[in-house]
Amino acid sequence: MIEDTVIGSIEQQEYTINMGPQHPSTHGVLRLVVSLKGEIVTQVKPHLGYIHRGIEKMSESMTYPQIVHLTDRLDYLSAHINNHALCLAVENALQVEVPERVKYIRTIMDELNRIASHQLWWCSFGMDLGALTCFFYGLRDREYILDIFEESCGSRLLHSYYTPGGLMKDIHPGFQKRVKDFIKYFRKVLPEYDQLLTGNVIMQERTRGIGNITKEEAISYGFTGPSGRGSGFACDVRKHHPYALYDKVDFQEVLYHEGDSLARYQVRIGEMWESMKIIEQLIDNIPEGDYSAKMKAVIKLPEGEYYQRVEAARGEFGVYILSDGGKTPYRLKLRSPNFSNLSAIDLLARNFKIADLIAIGGSLDLVIPDIDR
Amino acid sequence: MAFNIYDFTSFTEWIDQGLRSVMSPAWAVITELAIIGIVFLVFYALIGLILVYAERKICAFIQCRIGPNRVGPYGIFQTIADFIKLLMKELIHINKADKLLFNLAPFIVIIASFMALSAIPFAKGLHPVNLNIGIFFILAVSSMGVVGILLAGWSSNNKYSLIGAMRSGAQIVSYELSVGLSILTACVLIGSLQLSVIVESQADGWLIFKGHIPAVIAFVIYLIAATAETNRGPFDLAEAESELTAGFHTEYSGIKFAFFFLAEYMNMFLVAAIAATIFWGGWMPFHIGNWEGFNRVMDFIPPIIWFFGKTVVIILIMMWFKWTFPRLRIDQLLTLEWKYLLPINLINILLMALIVLLGWHF
Amino acid sequence: MNNEVLKEKILAVLPKAEFAPAGQWLTITLPKERIRSYCQTLKDSPELRFDFLFCQTGLDLADQFQVIYHLESTEFRYVIVLKASIPNKENPEIDTVSDIYRTAEFHEREIYDFFGIHFKQHPDLRRIFLDEISDMIGHPFRKDYKDEVNIIER
Repeated sequence: MIEDTVIGSIEQQEYTINMGPQHPSTHGVLRLVVSLKGEIVTQVKPHLGYIHRGIEKMSESMTYPQIVHLTDRLDYLSAHINNHALCLAVENALQVEVPERVKYIRTIMDELNRIASHQLWWCSFGMDLGALTCFFYGLRDREYILDIFEESCGSRLLHSYYTPGGLMKDIHPGFQKRVKDFIKYFRKVLPEYDQLLTGNVIMQERTRGIGNITKEEAISYGFTGPSGRGSGFACDVRKHHPYALYDKVDFQEVLYHEGDSLARYQVRIGEMWESMKIIEQLIDNIPEGDYSAKMKAVIKLPEGEYYQRVEAARGEFGVYILSDGGKTPYRLKLRSPNFSNLSAIDLLARNFKIADLIAIGGSLDLVIPDIDR
Repeated sequence: MAFNIYDFTSFTEWIDQGLRSVMSPAWAVITELAIIGIVFLVFYALIGLILVYAERKICAFIQCRIGPNRVGPYGIFQTIADFIKLLMKELIHINKADKLLFNLAPFIVIIASFMALSAIPFAKGLHPVNLNIGIFFILAVSSMGVVGILLAGWSSNNKYSLIGAMRSGAQIVSYELSVGLSILTACVLIGSLQLSVIVESQADGWLIFKGHIPAVIAFVIYLIAATAETNRGPFDLAEAESELTAGFHTEYSGIKFAFFFLAEYMNMFLVAAIAATIFWGGWMPFHIGNWEGFNRVMDFIPPIIWFFGKTVVIILIMMWFKWTFPRLRIDQLLTLEWKYLLPINLINILLMALIVLLGWHF
Repeated sequence: MNNEVLKEKILAVLPKAEFAPAGQWLTITLPKERIRSYCQTLKDSPELRFDFLFCQTGLDLADQFQVIYHLESTEFRYVIVLKASIPNKENPEIDTVSDIYRTAEFHEREIYDFFGIHFKQHPDLRRIFLDEISDMIGHPFRKDYKDEVNIIER
C-alpha cells in the first residue's frame, strides 16, 4: 500500500527545466520552459520577447527607405529577402516598374541568400545532433557567398542592398564570374553534405518519425517554408504568388510528405539544388540598364493598404502596410515565418525525448529576432 | 628470444636491490611506491596534455581548420597555457549544492582512472603491479568512475546535470557488460586474466590474428562499448552540450572541471591501452610465422614504441568517431547495447569457446 | 482567378457578406460578432476552403480597433481579407479563431499584447513579448500610448 503510493507519486512527478534564454541549441535567446517526465517531454511553453525591439512600432515613425534597414534585423539570415518584401510593397503601392536588371539581380541575390541561410541551418542542425564537423563544412561554403555579398553590397550579413525602386549600388563587375565559380564549386560540395550527414544511420534514426506534423495541422498552424513543405503543404510563395522573376524561371517546389524532421531536412537540401538551378538560369542573362528606377526624394505612399508576400529562407514573409498618405506608415505589420513555425513546437515535441526536442528545434530552423521582432 | 634486450625486469630489480641495500625492506617498498607514484603523476599529466593537444589538432584537421597554432611552434604549448588558465580560475561555489559530494566527485573520477593505469604492462617487466586478475581489476576500478559522475550530477543541484548523470549511469552500467564480455572472449582463448601472461601468450601472433573471426567481432564490440564507456562522442550523452549545456559537469569550474576533463582523456587512453594489450599484443612486436629476418627487425623496435603505437592508433580511431558521427539518443543507445551488442557478444563467446575446443585457432 | 467569381462564390455561402472597395485582394468587412461564423464557413465550404490564415493584424484606427485576417485557400489559391471592426475602444473584445486556425493562438496573443484587444475563449491569453521582462503597462501600439521614458517623440 505504502509502496504503491510512493511509486505512484514518483511516476507522476513532473519537473520543468528552463531551456534558454542562454542555451547552446536555442540559436539565440529563445526560452522554452519544458515540462519533463524523466526524459519525456510533456509540455513545451515558449517564452518570447527577450530580443523584442518593437520594430513594427519603430517603423511607424520612420520613412520607408529607413524601414528597409530594419527588415534586415528580423531574420538576419535572409536579409535580402526581407528587404525585397518591403521594397516590393512600396513599389507596388507607388506603381513603379523597376528595371529588368534590378529584377534579375534581386532574384539572384535572394537565391544566394537562401543557399547561405540553408548552409548555416545545415551547420547548426548537425551541431544540434552532435555532429560538430558539419558546422565547419557549412560555414566554409557559406563564406564564399558572404564574400560575393561583401563585394557587391559592402556588407556580409545585414546588407540593406535593396531600396524602394531598385538597388543601393550596381553589382560588382566580377559578380557574375564569382557566382558562377561558386555554383560550380557548390555543385561538387553539396553531395559531400549528404555523405557526411544525410546518409548517416544515426542521423536518420534521430530524425525519422520525430516531430511529426500532418498537412492539415501544418496548414492550421501556419507552417510555411521548408517546414511546411516537409509536411506536403505546397506553400512556396515563389510558385503560387510569383514575384520578381520567379514566374519566368524553371524550378521545382521541393515537397516531402512525411512531415517529420528528416523530411524538413531533405526539403532544405533539395532547395539548395533548386536555388542553384534558378541562379544558373539567370546569371548569364542579366540585362544592361539602370540599377534603380527614378524615385522621388521623399517617398509618400498613397492612402490604402498594401500587402506583399515573399518566400524567405524559413517560410513566408509578409509585409502589411497601412498608409495614411504620409511619408511614414500608419501601421506596419511584419508576418514572420518563424513566429508561426514556433507556435507548433508544443505539438511537435510532446511525448518525444528531450534530445528530440533539440532535433525538432533544429529542423524548424528558428531565428529568434524574427520571432520577437 | 631477441626482445629480451628490452627486458625491464633486470632494471627494476636493480633499483629494488639498490634501495634494499641502503634501507630496511619496509622503507624500500615505501620508497618504491613513492617513485612509482611520482612517475605516474608525471606520466598522467603528460598523457593528458598530449592527448588534449592531439585531439584539438585532429579535430581541426577533420574540420578543415588549423587548430591551435599560437602558443609555441604549432601551438604545442597551448594545452599547458590552458591548464595554467584552468588552475588560476575561480572555483565557483554553488549555493545549494551538496558541498561534500560536490567536491568529492572529481576526485573519485580521477582516482578511478589513475588506479586502473597501475595494472597495465607498458613493456616486459615495466608494470607497477602484476596482478593475476589484472583485467578484472581494471574493469572493477575503472567502472568506479561512474560513481563520481553520478555524484557530480546529483550534488550540483542542477537539473541538466542530473539528467546527464542519470544518462551516464544507465549508459555505463549497460556498456560495462559489453566491455566485460568482449574481453572475456579474448580470455577464453588465452586462458588467463593476468595481463603479463596475456601479452606473453601473443608472442607468436597477436590475439586478433590468432582468434580470427570471433576476435575481430570482440574487438569491434569492445571499441564501440569502450567509446561509450568513456562518454565520448557519438555516445557523449552525459555531456551532450547541445541538449544539456555540459551535462554532469555544468556547475564545475577551474581545476575541478580540469579533473573531469583530464579523466576523460585518461579513460580514453586506458581503454585504448587495454584494447592494445588484449587484442593487439600489447608491447609484443609484430611477428609473421617463421620469417626469421623480419621478426628480428621487428624485435629491435622497443616494446614501449609498440605499445604506445598501438594505443595511439586506437585513440585516433576513437577521435575519428567523435568528430564524424552525430550523437545517439538515450533509448537508441540502450537499444544498441541490449538488443544488438549483448546478444552478438554472447554468441561470440560461444563461437570462441567452440573454436578453442576444436583447436581452430592459430 | 478574378475577384468577381470569388465574390459570387462567397456570396453563395455568406449571403450577408459586405465587400470593401477593390484593393489588392477581395476584402470583406464585418462586425466583430460574426468573425467566428465567417471563418468557420469559409474554411468548411467545399468551394472555397480558406484553411490558411497567413497573417493576422491588429489596427488602431481613430474610431475603432480592427483585426485583419488574411486568409488563403491552399487548394484553390484564393486570397481574401476579413476585416473585423471593434467599435468599443474602452473595452475591446472579439471572439478567438484560435481553434479554427491554430496559428491564431500566437497571433492573438501578440495583438492582445500590443493593442489590448481581448480574445474571448482564447486558451492561453497572456502577453507574449512584453510580459515579465519589461513590466510593461499599457499597450504600446495604441495610438494614444505615451511612454515618456522609453519613447522619444520627434
